Amino acid sequence: MKEIRSRNPFTRSLPYILLVVLSLPIILGYLWILVSTFSTRCYGLIPVDQQGNYFKGLTLSNWAFLYDKSKTLNASIWLLTLNTLIIAIGLTVGVVLVSMMAGYALSRIKFPGRKSFLSLTLILHSFPSVTLLIAIYFVLRWIASVPVIGRGIPLIGGFGYNTLGGVILVSIALQLPLGIWLMKGFFDNVSWDLERAALIDGCSRWRTWWQIMVPQIKPGIAALSIFSFMEGWKSFLIPYSFMTSQTKATLSTLLNEMLSETSPVNYGTLAAVGLYQLIPVLVFYIFTQKYLLNIFAGGVKGTA
Amino acid sequence: MKEKKEATETKKLSTRLEWFWFLFPSLLLIVLFFFLPVIITIFVSGTNMSSSTGFNNWKWIGLDNYKMIAIHPETPKHLWLTVKYVAVTLVFFNVGMALVISLITTHISQGAGFFFRALWLLPRITPTVIYVMMWKFLGANAPYGVINQLFVQPLGFTPQDWVPAASFLFIVLVNGYIGASFGMIIFTSAIEAIPKDIMIASLVDGASFMQRVRYVILPYIKWPLLFVTTYQTLSLMTSFEQILVLTNGEFNTEVWSLWAYHRALNNYWGNFQWGFGNALAAVLVVIGIILGIIYMRYFKFGELVQEPKIET
Repeated sequence: MKEIRSRNPFTRSLPYILLVVLSLPIILGYLWILVSTFSTRCYGLIPVDQQGNYFKGLTLSNWAFLYDKSKTLNASIWLLTLNTLIIAIGLTVGVVLVSMMAGYALSRIKFPGRKSFLSLTLILHSFPSVTLLIAIYFVLRWIASVPVIGRGIPLIGGFGYNTLGGVILVSIALQLPLGIWLMKGFFDNVSWDLERAALIDGCSRWRTWWQIMVPQIKPGIAALSIFSFMEGWKSFLIPYSFMTSQTKATLSTLLNEMLSETSPVNYGTLAAVGLYQLIPVLVFYIFTQKYLLNIFAGGVKGTA
Repeated sequence: MKEKKEATETKKLSTRLEWFWFLFPSLLLIVLFFFLPVIITIFVSGTNMSSSTGFNNWKWIGLDNYKMIAIHPETPKHLWLTVKYVAVTLVFFNVGMALVISLITTHISQGAGFFFRALWLLPRITPTVIYVMMWKFLGANAPYGVINQLFVQPLGFTPQDWVPAASFLFIVLVNGYIGASFGMIIFTSAIEAIPKDIMIASLVDGASFMQRVRYVILPYIKWPLLFVTTYQTLSLMTSFEQILVLTNGEFNTEVWSLWAYHRALNNYWGNFQWGFGNALAAVLVVIGIILGIIYMRYFKFGELVQEPKIET
């Protein structure tokens, strides 16, 4: 879009001034986390040392939480990082695989009930899944009572209440309407001739899907993977609600626990743990913005 | 010969059922975590199930939970807060601010516009707890708070802890700064899709920026505006994550959805009223289903559904 040019320097800078003022909370918030991560104490945005001298007291000691358990309410930061990573990876693999299967069928195969399944996906996409959280608690309690699947699987614990697998399963399900819709859209754009050729040559549907179609929609897979990984890495409400026996199960729930401690915690450590969780998100965001914008534009379910 | 016939028949059957196996994992998850929960929500809302009755000793009490909601002394308070919160956040941020940001960023240089839109997306991608923590420290009491240091003290006012003091403003701001980016993206692409000659014609005619917005841009983005408004109304009405982390419902910030969550799953006393909580949630579930169907009807999603060209 062509900008409206004006000769008056004031009118010309007006939109920028307005933008900066409106964006101030975001700018200040990030500035605060950056400054306080590296200072002993912080008065507003000014680092202060123990004696109260301004612009002194820059330190790395806030990062001691990486090896000192006492800084993080006696939870091992590495274990929590691993948990968070398992959720993020589990969610990504699950959502991408399941959505690719359903998206392919919906885009390319004629079957009874196809239209209704598509509209169902759309209704679920706009449906506020967070209202089902209370009832999902019952479903997870029920899954937990199933032998082995419930709580007898190594690494993820199982798929029931109070397990990493349960958190992953719920997260996959809630992300699924978006994923299916997105994957269907990408499959819709793949040339029909390519697929027809494969099928005529006697390729089975599964092989056509996996060897011919899936490689065609790599950008879509990348977009959905990045988005899902970030969602899993930052997820709070689901682990917080369904892993109640371990209040410090993931980085987000640990940070919430530290934030709501009644005894004064070290703000520097809080900021450092926050930045530690934030860095991967920011790196992903900076390098993959184009992919992500695709998804946001497709109508991501807004948290607010 | 017979064997061959059987083989082709099995093959036919397998191709006929292939679509089912492609859909099976999704169907399973949708049944487990969407269908079943909707049924459970409605069903449990008709019982007195709670952590004291357990899963076995509950009784069927019909519509009593809904009657209880109707006469509950706290109902008007939560309802009014929810309405106020949704309306204010929607008007000033999810639609208002989104429109302002997308209008400005499409009328400055492309690079700067891109930068500011990226900045506004940050709250959405930042983990909730970290994002809320930033706001807590922006509003923290002197000497730590940023707002106190930069604005309140220089202007000579008394510093205070702003989250409890201006709790309503804070839940609106915290959610608004996330919510605005959704509308921003949709409006930006809608504005950029307006034919160039129409925009240029308005310039040639000597329209001012405001006239151009009022008479050219707004009529063009009517549908996106309506879409964002309805969609975000539903999101705001049902989401409570940010408020949960910011105030946990204290300082008169317990919106309806958070009230349901607290009653059923998460409260200080450990007394979980599953029946009552599910009744509170059921109200939102029903609104969600109705609005979901209406969206599908009115935003012509049906046209996106094309028939597959390969017969099986």
